[in-house]
Amino acid sequence: MALIVFTQQLRRFTEAPEVDAQAATLRGALEAAFALNPRLRGYVLDDQGHMRANVVAFIDGRRCLNRIALDDPLAPDSRVHVLQALSGG
Amino acid sequence: MDSRAWIATRKGLFELRHRRDSWAIERVHFLGEPVSMVLPPRADGAGPSGRMLAALNLGHFGVKVHASDDAGAHWHELPAPLYPPQPEGEPAGGVAWKLQQIWSLEAGQGAAAGTLWAGTLPGGLFRSVDGAESWQLVEALWNQPGRAEWFGGGYDVPGIHSICPHPAQAGELLVGISCGGVWVSRDDAAHWQLQAEGMRAAYMPPEQADNGNTQDPHRIVRCPAQPDVLWCQHHNGIWRSTDDARSWHEVGGVPLANFGFAVAVHPAQGDTAWFVPGVADQRRVPVDGALAVNRTRDGGRSFETLRSGLPQQDCYDLIYRHGLAVDASGERLLMGSTTGGVWGSDDGGAHWAMLGARLPPIYAVRFG
Repeated sequence: MALIVFTQQLRRFTEAPEVDAQAATLRGALEAAFALNPRLRGYVLDDQGHMRANVVAFIDGRRCLNRIALDDPLAPDSRVHVLQALSGG
Repeated sequence: MDSRAWIATRKGLFELRHRRDSWAIERVHFLGEPVSMVLPPRADGAGPSGRMLAALNLGHFGVKVHASDDAGAHWHELPAPLYPPQPEGEPAGGVAWKLQQIWSLEAGQGAAAGTLWAGTLPGGLFRSVDGAESWQLVEALWNQPGRAEWFGGGYDVPGIHSICPHPAQAGELLVGISCGGVWVSRDDAAHWQLQAEGMRAAYMPPEQADNGNTQDPHRIVRCPAQPDVLWCQHHNGIWRSTDDARSWHEVGGVPLANFGFAVAVHPAQGDTAWFVPGVADQRRVPVDGALAVNRTRDGGRSFETLRSGLPQQDCYDLIYRHGLAVDASGERLLMGSTTGGVWGSDDGGAHWAMLGARLPPIYAVRFG
């Protein structure tokens, strides 16, 4: 099963558990995490279900390509990291 | 007279107390997080258990709403307003249907005391009737065709910065939009009318200058005791209405400059209002490096420029839209700047004293 891991920064605001997901795509893995904590959705995705502009996902070390469909494929042993894109001041 | 104020900043929500003769920081909430707006607990105890709200705008993780039912001792997160799915090919105004910021929060008054309003970027107005447990987009305003003309002012997308419920008429609401003029509903937000008659946009081509829908009212406030009286600090001047926004009249002869963002109106005397001038839109700093407040007490026929206690040299503080507030007495004022300066007055602005701390950039100042 694919493992999805969220940045520790999220723990300041809400639970962001590591999830073993039976998912074929990035969106499927995210949905598995949102099922455990519905509030997490709004931290990662925007109103239209797109990945937030300053959030980034890596799948097995490769940056997620489609931030709208979130349909990058996952292998059974994929590791997904959801991180904050650096910004600010 | 003890009182409390809340200052929403780029890096936290600061709770201030006025004891004896000065302001001091009492507590800091959400330190490090951008707090774009705060709604203090209601002084009259109306609404859901005196609930207060803080709107966070997390740089990475979006807009969040937090509530407290004990004046900030404990906070909990509630759902943020959410735009509905954007229809295919729906480009009105060219904006994405995505919440970018909560720019204004207000509670209804009188019979509408249970209603909460949130004005947002990119231009949506949201209503809650359950104490911010859920929000609904006011679709009648969002879907009216005129929205396609709105454009950004202050931010890249249009936004609602001023929400003025009518204290005596529960179904009446006025909103100010940068840039989208002044819109009023008198039937509980079911229908909306553009009511910027008399305003003039100096930044538009001549044939568009009188178009109410492209006006940039930087901030609009309503006099609580004389609700037909409204004041507007506009992008290129000061306007006043004495007929509940049915017409607006430009106020001439403003000292120093007629550019600025903030305006506050006396709670009982509609002829008394305060403004903080800046040089001009292309140079948004105090005139001659000296901070000043313009006050009128005769409906704009004349102004006094108040400087006592304010820095008079090398000052580059800008008071943004929500950075000036007056309390229920009409005597106590507080203002905060985009470079973190805070000044208070206990005599209607005649004399000011600076808070002994510099805060992060200040978005909003509110008593309550």
